[in-house]
Amino acid sequence: MNGFPILSVMLAIPAVAAIVCLFLDAKSARWLALAATLVDLALGIVMWANFDIGGAQWQFVENSGPLFGSFSWALGIDGFALLLIMLSVFLMPICIGASWEAIQTRVPEYMAAFLLTELLMIGTFAAQDLFLFYVFFEAGLIPMFLIIGIWGGVNRIYASYKFFLYTLLGSVLMLIAMLWMSQTAGTTYIPDLMAYNFPVHAQTWLFLAFFASFAVKMPMWPVHTWLPDAHVQAPTAGSVILAGVLLKLGGYGFLRFSLPMFPEASSQLIWLIFGLSAVAVIYTSLVALVQSDMKKLIAYSSVAHMAIVTIGLFAFNRQGIEGAMLVMLGHGLVSGALFLCVGVIYDRLHTREIDRYGGLAINMPRYAVLFLLFTMASIGLPGTSNFVGELLSLMGTYQVSTTITLLCTTGIILGAGYMLYLYRRVVFGELTKDDVKAMPDLSKRELALLVPIAAVVLWMGVYPESFIAPMRQDVTILLHRIDRAQPKGDSLPTAGAPQAHAAEASHGEAH
Amino acid sequence: MTSIQFIVFLPLLAAAFAGLSNRAFGTVLPKVVTTGALFIACILAWPIFIGFLSGTSEPYVAPVLTWLQSGDLDVAWALRVDALTAVMLVVVTTVSALVHLYSWGYMEEDPDQPRFFAYLSLFTFAMLMLVTANNLIQMFFGWEGVGLASYLLIGFWFRKPSANAAAIKAFVVNRVGDLGFMLGIFGTFLVFGTVSIPDILSAAPGMAGSTIGFLGHRYDTMTVLCLLLFVGAMGKSAQIGLHTWLPDAMEGPTPVSALIHAATMVTAGVFMVCRLSPMFETSPTALGFVTFIGALTCFFAATIGTVQTDIKRVIAYSTCSQLGYMFFAAGVGAYGAAMFHLFTHAFFKALLFLGAGSVIHAMHHEQDMRYYGALRKEIPVTFWAMMAGTLAITGVGLPFVDIGFAGFHSKDSIIESAFAAGSYPAYWAGVIAALLTSFYSWRLMFLTFWGKPRWANSEHVQHAIHEAHGHHEAEDAHVEHPSQEVPDNPHAEDAGHEPSTHGVDPAQLPEGTGGYHPHESPINMLIPLIVLSTGAVFAGVFFHQFFIDPQAGANFWKGSIFFNEHLAHAAHEIPEWGKLAATVVMLIGLFTAWYAYIRNKDLPAQFVSQFRVLHRFLLNKWYFDEIYHTIFVRPAFAIGRFFWKRGDEGTIDRFGPNGSAAVVSFGSRLAGRLQSGYVYAYAFVMLIGLTAAVTWAITR
Repeated sequence: MNGFPILSVMLAIPAVAAIVCLFLDAKSARWLALAATLVDLALGIVMWANFDIGGAQWQFVENSGPLFGSFSWALGIDGFALLLIMLSVFLMPICIGASWEAIQTRVPEYMAAFLLTELLMIGTFAAQDLFLFYVFFEAGLIPMFLIIGIWGGVNRIYASYKFFLYTLLGSVLMLIAMLWMSQTAGTTYIPDLMAYNFPVHAQTWLFLAFFASFAVKMPMWPVHTWLPDAHVQAPTAGSVILAGVLLKLGGYGFLRFSLPMFPEASSQLIWLIFGLSAVAVIYTSLVALVQSDMKKLIAYSSVAHMAIVTIGLFAFNRQGIEGAMLVMLGHGLVSGALFLCVGVIYDRLHTREIDRYGGLAINMPRYAVLFLLFTMASIGLPGTSNFVGELLSLMGTYQVSTTITLLCTTGIILGAGYMLYLYRRVVFGELTKDDVKAMPDLSKRELALLVPIAAVVLWMGVYPESFIAPMRQDVTILLHRIDRAQPKGDSLPTAGAPQAHAAEASHGEAH
Repeated sequence: MTSIQFIVFLPLLAAAFAGLSNRAFGTVLPKVVTTGALFIACILAWPIFIGFLSGTSEPYVAPVLTWLQSGDLDVAWALRVDALTAVMLVVVTTVSALVHLYSWGYMEEDPDQPRFFAYLSLFTFAMLMLVTANNLIQMFFGWEGVGLASYLLIGFWFRKPSANAAAIKAFVVNRVGDLGFMLGIFGTFLVFGTVSIPDILSAAPGMAGSTIGFLGHRYDTMTVLCLLLFVGAMGKSAQIGLHTWLPDAMEGPTPVSALIHAATMVTAGVFMVCRLSPMFETSPTALGFVTFIGALTCFFAATIGTVQTDIKRVIAYSTCSQLGYMFFAAGVGAYGAAMFHLFTHAFFKALLFLGAGSVIHAMHHEQDMRYYGALRKEIPVTFWAMMAGTLAITGVGLPFVDIGFAGFHSKDSIIESAFAAGSYPAYWAGVIAALLTSFYSWRLMFLTFWGKPRWANSEHVQHAIHEAHGHHEAEDAHVEHPSQEVPDNPHAEDAGHEPSTHGVDPAQLPEGTGGYHPHESPINMLIPLIVLSTGAVFAGVFFHQFFIDPQAGANFWKGSIFFNEHLAHAAHEIPEWGKLAATVVMLIGLFTAWYAYIRNKDLPAQFVSQFRVLHRFLLNKWYFDEIYHTIFVRPAFAIGRFFWKRGDEGTIDRFGPNGSAAVVSFGSRLAGRLQSGYVYAYAFVMLIGLTAAVTWAITR
């Protein structure tokens, strides 16, 4: 890969395709978008294959040098970024495929918006310059606004307004913090900033400013209420990309900025993160239980799952961080797939009301199998992607706080409750309604969208090593950086004092 | 590549074939493939067991694949084979193979047979992964895998609301136990830095006496870990408190009840405690708790079993009770006896369930024993099989010469071990439960096979008669339609919810056959019954010395469980009345049942009117379901609704986005079209920010 600017090319392809799309008719726009996203996927695979695991921390580095001021076109990825870029490029063709028939109005603009999203997502993960990151990070939401606001449901205005309002609050504070940081550290180069020791007293404020932005993106309780509305109103593919990639921006931010740049503050404010996460798991799981709208249910479950990410990240240990990353990847795949599953039946019946369905196992057996697989993955059944992540993340958290772990692990009970309850109402039961009876099973196109995700979900569950290996070294570097602030944990086992005699005595008694 | 890989992965491949072929090959080929795979696995498993019995085999671990590495956490897919695993291998593959065969007959008319057989084989694979696990996380994989299969099989007749409810209940209640299991794994990793079972077990004694923080307090380390793991065992093995899913699981087809909810999956908890026995031995507190829960469950479930009228529910509570025996055996340190009872119980309880299935099959899906009676002559093979099972479970045998049916050897050795260990409350709980076991088992036999026929009033039988007349074909009378018939079974649905109808005394129901002729089951259902009967009769005599004899036991187990030779020895030497007690109460139970259901049939009704409160309490299963529904299920929905309406919409949105709407809407009105207005506003803010940043960058 010597010298080939693969990251720039991966950015350029959707950019060019997006512009060309605007001048095409609907059919050609679809095909062009699909081709562009597939090429990006292929490039992503090439990049992964050439990623030197255990090699340099930053690979595929491109740096223009300062363009104006110290602002530079600086790209480069480490293991974390690689995995998240792979997630983005993997989901994108699926999103285009999911919109193939569902979107019939203003198709060229729609495809352009998605290609633009892809560009901005990859840019966010690949950016090495603070302000370049900011542009990608914030601009990434603009096509999402458009997708919800133009192609969304009945209440799309309210949803995009809410989405906007929350995000605005965070981004302003983050920008101020960024300005202060670049001035203090004298650089906008992210790898340098990651090694810069900000004064401890300033860290708290910087942390909170970034937190405002990332917490909204995660989303964490109580700034999560935009998510259910956004999901409900967004078209299927919009939900997929929202849940699959956009929600990962917050976690990526914590991993890239909050932890390495403000380790002391992270450690001091751990109670805030843990507290909000524990509330989120229980609160949003219970809310998910009573939803009657399928998309809302899955949206609330996303909030609960993302809380497992935040606790894992702030556990300050390897299991926690690797687990958090795996939950992000797994959740991206599984919730994306679940939204596709909702989309499949929405396209047939045009309602998300759970009670309108029932008995789909009878006339849609293929759908029932795939939906079951994703349901089980969502509740963290071992052998699927989410289990490995949740296990590691909670295991890491246990080393810091047993109480928080207990509270968050209740998510496995509540999660099973609301997901199986959903599955039962949609798929099981007697097939009574005439319009439901008339629904055909998955088409070839729909199978082509869901089966690849299913394969990766199982791959991650059975052999997660493929996904842990690229980030192993990055976790080591991060841990090295944050070790000094590591919280002590509440378990602190003492050394054992084996009493060989006592054991003997009890046996003697038995005799 | 050794035989163990074939044993474990053949069922998986068969399940994948049967499940994914989706009727492309009809129903016969998937059935042949799955059943064939299981018989091959079974044939391969027995030599492994025999190898350990004869003392020629050594434990080994067959690696498969790395699974997951995260720092010190190093988890591999691997198959561990030792004496303990070997016992489980033969139990699982034998019962599973026989249940596969039995299902050919039982499920014959079901259109979804490939799916059924796929689930059965998938279950077997998960169970085998569980018992061959060499680390806690693979054990958890199997643990959840069998949970999944159990969920799918309980809900196999997914059109039926009660089956769906039971399936969800089973999964969720098990998840409560899994919460404990997971925390136990986390704690174990924290303390020992590994999840490898052999490493943990060798390090465990060294941690005795250490303390650990948990939920803000400090406790004995090993006690915390063992209790957390044991919560998992309680869920899977349906111990008191987490047992409520097991009786409801009877909604599944009867072969499933035999395989999963009697012989194998529910014993996973006992297996786990035995596998981790050196760990549990380091915490007397934890062992005390195990004994307490086991003894309580064994007593409590037996009391409920005495009043149930649904034949499967009687056997389900009996299973629950027998699992209690296994746990208190483990709790007093008699792991060999626990595993022995697990082993014999698998055969005789699978036999009782499959026998019950054969009765249900003959009675056209009637499950209520009040509508049975006089079936002895009609279905003789089933009768004799059930008789063998009953003789085994009630522990019929000759004390002092040590010859008896399976349960005689295993159950009595548990009761004797409790006595020898000085655990007298457990001993007495065991003896009383033995009395109740004998009573409810013979009650089942007498109601089903003796007396006069009471079939006429059964809706199912009436249905069958009607069908037969309609078609003028007597043969149709016994044609089975499980998937269509069971949904309108009123008894399965309302069991426990309307106790008043269940207080009816069997003797008062009108007698008569209604012109119905029960038919004996086909040969593919009878062969499993005959094979298992052999096990129920001889398993105790043949194998007891290997499992529980102080000398032979130590040679057999070879350290795969903590085998307490002193205790095994002491159990042989307890006072004679202590040994006799179990046999005496067995006879009392038999006599009472005979007196009440054959001799003086008015007695049960008199008893019910005399002890109305007690009867209702037992009939309602100690009110566990009602209490749980009131304190967990309903509040969960109510709180969820409250958080949603009052929290999200009433507070966060009201004071958050909606509250600031007034401020922002002013600006957006200026911007014209609402939604694009926000985008512009947003882009505008970003631009200002960037301009500021760029200005600074250039001018600094």
